[in-house]
Amino acid sequence: MRFILRRLGFYLIAFWASITLNFLLPRFMPGDPVSRMFARSQDRMQPEQIEALRKLLGVDDRPLWEQYTDYLHNIFTGQMGVSISRFPTPVTEVISSQIGWTLLLGGTALVVAAVVGNLLGILAAWRRGGAIDSALPPLLVFIGSFPYFWLAMGALYLFGVVLGWFPIRHAFTDGLEPAFTWEFIGDVGAHLVLPALTIVLVSIGGWMLGMRNTMIATNSEDYITMAEAKGLRPGRIMLRYAARNAMLPSVTSFGMGLGFVVGGALLTEVVFAYPGVGYQLLNAVQGLDYPLMQGLFLTITAAVLLANFLVDILYVRLDPRVRSN
Amino acid sequence: MTTALLKQPTQPTAVRKPNRSFVHGLLSNKKALTGMAVMLIFIALALLAPVLFPGDPSRITAMASLEPSTEHWLGTTAKGQDVLALTVHGSRSSLFVGLTVGIASTFIGILVGLASAYFGKFIDEALSLVTNVFLLLPGLPLLVILAAFLPPGLGTVILVLVVTGWAGSARVLRSQALSIRSKDFVAAAVVSGERAGRIMFREILPNMASIVMGTLLACVIYGIGAQAGLEFLGLGDVSTVSWGNNLFWAGNEGALLTGSWWVFVPSGVCIALVAFALALINYAVDEVTNPRLRKIKAPATPKNIERSAAK
Amino acid sequence: MTISQVSFGSHEPVLEVKDLTVKYIGDTRSTTAVDRVSFSIGTGEVFGLAGESGCGKSTIANSIMRLLKDPAKIAGGSVSFGGKDVLAMSPEELRRFRWQDVAMVFQSAMNSLNPVLTIGEQIVDIFTTHAGYSRKESLRRAGELLELVRIDPARLKSYPHQLSGGMRQRAVIAMAVALKPSLLILDEPTTALDVVVQQEIMAQIKELQRELGFSVLFITHDMSLMVELSHRMAVMYGGRIVETAKAQDVYANPRHPYTQALMGAFPPLTGPRVPLTGLPEGVKFRNIPDLTEAAPGHYVAPIGADPSVIDPAPLEGAAR
Repeated sequence: MRFILRRLGFYLIAFWASITLNFLLPRFMPGDPVSRMFARSQDRMQPEQIEALRKLLGVDDRPLWEQYTDYLHNIFTGQMGVSISRFPTPVTEVISSQIGWTLLLGGTALVVAAVVGNLLGILAAWRRGGAIDSALPPLLVFIGSFPYFWLAMGALYLFGVVLGWFPIRHAFTDGLEPAFTWEFIGDVGAHLVLPALTIVLVSIGGWMLGMRNTMIATNSEDYITMAEAKGLRPGRIMLRYAARNAMLPSVTSFGMGLGFVVGGALLTEVVFAYPGVGYQLLNAVQGLDYPLMQGLFLTITAAVLLANFLVDILYVRLDPRVRSN
Repeated sequence: MTTALLKQPTQPTAVRKPNRSFVHGLLSNKKALTGMAVMLIFIALALLAPVLFPGDPSRITAMASLEPSTEHWLGTTAKGQDVLALTVHGSRSSLFVGLTVGIASTFIGILVGLASAYFGKFIDEALSLVTNVFLLLPGLPLLVILAAFLPPGLGTVILVLVVTGWAGSARVLRSQALSIRSKDFVAAAVVSGERAGRIMFREILPNMASIVMGTLLACVIYGIGAQAGLEFLGLGDVSTVSWGNNLFWAGNEGALLTGSWWVFVPSGVCIALVAFALALINYAVDEVTNPRLRKIKAPATPKNIERSAAK
Repeated sequence: MTISQVSFGSHEPVLEVKDLTVKYIGDTRSTTAVDRVSFSIGTGEVFGLAGESGCGKSTIANSIMRLLKDPAKIAGGSVSFGGKDVLAMSPEELRRFRWQDVAMVFQSAMNSLNPVLTIGEQIVDIFTTHAGYSRKESLRRAGELLELVRIDPARLKSYPHQLSGGMRQRAVIAMAVALKPSLLILDEPTTALDVVVQQEIMAQIKELQRELGFSVLFITHDMSLMVELSHRMAVMYGGRIVETAKAQDVYANPRHPYTQALMGAFPPLTGPRVPLTGLPEGVKFRNIPDLTEAAPGHYVAPIGADPSVIDPAPLEGAAR
């Protein structure tokens, strides 16, 4: 319990740090990107909207601490201003309409890569020098060396443009009405294949090698020798004794890996014009949409922190040693 | 992520052992040799670029979107620039940024790691907290908002990559420094009244040579990859020629949809080759320092054997 | 080379090890960790194996159950158990043989227990795998086992880190006798424990041995403990046996200089205080010959005939 509380405290600090960073960036950066933004889009806005955005981004004469408390209040009441690039939709509305797609893409890719990667790692370590152990790691490291977005471009070109097996853009066919029908779900699935595949391909090597290396370390532990001496069946030793212990560091890196996968998902979304937060982030950058950029950053950070917290709860379930002290 | 997980923190196999065996182990390791050969080729290309392809590589020299031919080995872009010249010149910026980011991140990592391990207590708590916060914040979104608010340019790119990249190396180096800090010879140095700086840099640091090298390689890989990602999003300085910018323009000019594969393949393959070569060297460093990961385990001295036998 | 069968109880040996050789195969060269070692253990007999750390004792223990891991390889000799050739067993035969016929208590109980499974689960494992009992039945028996070593059966739900060092080692001993094996290997079972707990554990083992009648291969470097517990014993040095006889004979009349040194390195449990002596600095034994019978049932590796047997050159000692 104390472990969980300590982690929770840590995530709160991390979240506070990212809010504060968000607050400070537009106020202390050289140049004046914000006024550039206003110059471009002022004529479309209502006076009170301009006023609110000025406050949010620091074009404001009040003392800093007053701005800061006001800012914190706004964030926690969900007032993140209006989007410039999708004027006049509020930032929160833009984000909530897109985050589902990112969760779908990132979640699918993360789970598939972690499960398959860890299983391969277990097998590779168990059969040292076997086919899986000698062929896959170098291949996966090589694939993992490509930038996410480049692999996405390659997959799009090869399977989308040349072979035409899968759709190459968006999350579902234009004009199709979102509904809980098999037709729609199948369509979404088909659009998911290529972007998810690229993320899985790039990240699976890390999972596999991480698991393989901890499994090898675990295999020389005395309790593995004892389990063998006990005459247990090999499958049981591999899963209940070796993998069960080796997965503990893997669970921790699941949380860490999340940040990377989110980054990868963002870039992949850009290539496939997949309507998630990453694609939106690029649009925001190109449209000098600072309120939306900040909102997206905070949302993504909050999601990553929350996921890490869930992983911590899982970790406590898995490691009895953490539970008792 | 690959590189982050590749790097398992290794225990120092022997404290104060001469580094000659490490270098020798590296030079007789196939992975290391392959990696170093690839790196040498790229470094040579980067240095010779102005000689091989004199003049501005982004000037328009031919018809647009030509397929690879004897005249333009890698074809031309939709604007009519020579892809080979762009690729070779691109290596300059990419390698430079990667190396600078790698060295700077590792340097910060060393400072933070050593300070954490040596001073401990409050300083360690505070530094670890900052490190962990930076590790946890999703890197790319952080990169994007930092780059968006800063004036565009090479300096911004490097600064932003160092800000987001140092934490990983600090964490690895801290845990290694901690384990060396607890060794007797450090305690002896403390008792004999050596100054803090001397203990950190003359007693602890030399024993972390291999892990520092691994961290450096991982940071360079990170730097090259992240620069490409940033530039691909159009957040770099789009007027310079680099692999990431080449890919940005390829995407912008619709190379994918028009089927001009030769425009986006070379720069991507180059990034991958460099990253893979560095990963190979990194992996070799791991194998040399951590015999458990080697295929045939061979602790050749009787002493080691008996120790593992008695286990 | 033959070894006398002055074994306790039956003359039928439970375990017979002949000319066992174990090598560590390296990249460039191999090292012999166990060199042509032979001994046998009779039914109900406690056989001690003594020697300094690194002399190959534990390697022998692991060879008997075929638990050696790369790069260690059995390079020659035979191990037979109740007439069955252990080295020729198929993986499945080997799996059934382990724990059912021979069980082992490892050096450190902390490290030999799986940290993420409860004590109960780790005992139940044994019953469900070997005896085919249901989970419920296995749990009941696991509780009985813990009672046998005087641990509250409620501890079945505890994880290893929640038990004290002594309790953990007793739990491991309980696991070892779960299937009533005919041979129990004790590989330095008390090294990691403090003296009081050591005594408790040894008393526990003696009691169980009397009750269940299994044979014991007892490995330690603690000579007084060994003499106290074993019927017969062997002393190892550098992968070879240098002396073997009844424990009392070795104790009363150690013949090999190494045994004498080893005896001198531990204080006697009772009697007057004597100064401790060890092997003089720089003395190494090399090319140890086969054993010969020095007295009835007392076998010693001869010394003196070959000048290379004792190598007192301090230069050699320093160069190592």
